Amino acid sequence: MGAIKDFIGSLLLTDFLKGMGVTGKYFFARKITVQYPDEKTPLGFRFRGLHALRRYPNGEERCIACKLCEAICPAMAITIESAERDDGTRRTTRYDIDLTKCIFCGYCEEACPVDAIVETHIFEYHGETRGDLHYTKQMLLANGDRYEEEIAKRRALDAPYR
Amino acid sequence: MMEAQILQFLQSSLGSSWSVVAPVWPAIWALLKIVSVLLPVVAAVAYLPYFERKVIAYMHLRIGPNRVGPAGLLQPIADALKLVFKEVVTPSQASKALYFTGPILALAPALVAWAVVPFDDGMVIANIDAGVLFLLAVSSLGIYGVIISGWASNSKYAFLGAMRAGAQMISYEIAMGMALIAVLMVSNSLNLGDIVTAQDKGRFVGYGLDFLSWNWLPLLPMFLVYFIAGVAETNRAPFDVVEGESEIVAGHMVEYSGMAFALFFLAEYANMILISALTAIFFLGGWLSPVGFLPDSIGWLFLKIAVLLFMFLWFRASFPRYRYDQIMRLGWKFFIPICIAWILVVGVWMMSPLNIWH
Repeated sequence: MGAIKDFIGSLLLTDFLKGMGVTGKYFFARKITVQYPDEKTPLGFRFRGLHALRRYPNGEERCIACKLCEAICPAMAITIESAERDDGTRRTTRYDIDLTKCIFCGYCEEACPVDAIVETHIFEYHGETRGDLHYTKQMLLANGDRYEEEIAKRRALDAPYR
Repeated sequence: MMEAQILQFLQSSLGSSWSVVAPVWPAIWALLKIVSVLLPVVAAVAYLPYFERKVIAYMHLRIGPNRVGPAGLLQPIADALKLVFKEVVTPSQASKALYFTGPILALAPALVAWAVVPFDDGMVIANIDAGVLFLLAVSSLGIYGVIISGWASNSKYAFLGAMRAGAQMISYEIAMGMALIAVLMVSNSLNLGDIVTAQDKGRFVGYGLDFLSWNWLPLLPMFLVYFIAGVAETNRAPFDVVEGESEIVAGHMVEYSGMAFALFFLAEYANMILISALTAIFFLGGWLSPVGFLPDSIGWLFLKIAVLLFMFLWFRASFPRYRYDQIMRLGWKFFIPICIAWILVVGVWMMSPLNIWH
């Protein structure tokens, strides 16, 4: 009986009409396209984008060259060299992140004991040659200076859940 | 009618110099008719991909092309410019002459067939009594373009695609031809104009419900077979194994670029429009109005073509691609037997007292 029903159903193209019913319904449904450069979706405050090195409010860089981020980085994208500064503190002389290697996992951020390396909300950046995505200490510090306000705000929003 | 008026106008305005034009006038008139049919067809072919992208996008909850011009309406022009300025790459091992004959052979039959398509009562380039035969002959030429281009490209993918296309198009042409036999039986003519006017009579026309007396209802299985076979004939989804991009990249078109590729593209869409027009003429009453109180007009034909074209796009958005053996099974084991059975039914019906086609 079932076989006969299936046979007649397939002759009457019922499966096809059902499928076309679905697509026909969605033809009139509200479109969900986000027209990216004009419209943007909201970002979570834990969004992991371009890296930045932060400073204390007095202008002193936070990083103490403990190299925990370098150690935890699963993509080995971070390269740090350190030396003693004139005032006797331990500081980095080199802090490079190769963004072509980085997988944006956020482990460096988690590992940092002084909240120096962070990943910002910035995801719209590009490089025109291979070297452009090799960020040096100066570039990362500049990122931190530029976006400090937004970084601080996002970290404050995230703080209650940590 | 219109020709007489134009003739009169030309004769009166040209005066004595008319005698120069007179000998070539039939050629000029034929050329004018051809241009006035082909220009709209080519324009429609250019804009059909745009509507395809829009319709499929809407069914995917997207909005489709909307960047070039208002609502993306200049997109076809941008696409055409891109293809015109692209280099036509020829594979070094390809057979050059055949390689460039292929795309032309694919496009030409799709345009030639419009010669016998009637747009309104008497509005046709060539009002020949063997119109259906001409159509069957010309539309089966299209396959040469596919086979030749696939063979001349000297590429595995193109060759496999062409073989699939050959098998598929030939099998479905049989089903299409058989579906037409029933239409010919009931309309008693091979002239497309007569086939349309033959649908303008019957019991329902008297009630003002003209659309119920068109061929699609008494010949419903044939209508479905013809249209589905038409989809397969034009190698459209869900029958697009010919260019199944996950298996053989783009089939016979794989080695083509620039305008040579654009010709294949145009041929595909010209064929879609042609199949829609023919389905409208054979089964949906051509230019006839669906209800008694509205006048017959060319607009009805365009509306019917548009609806059928929308079905093409709807199919593509809805169905996954058929497997090659399933396509063959559908064509040979379902459509052809259904056609043969329904030809018998129609034959018996016409001989019985219940005959509705007098």
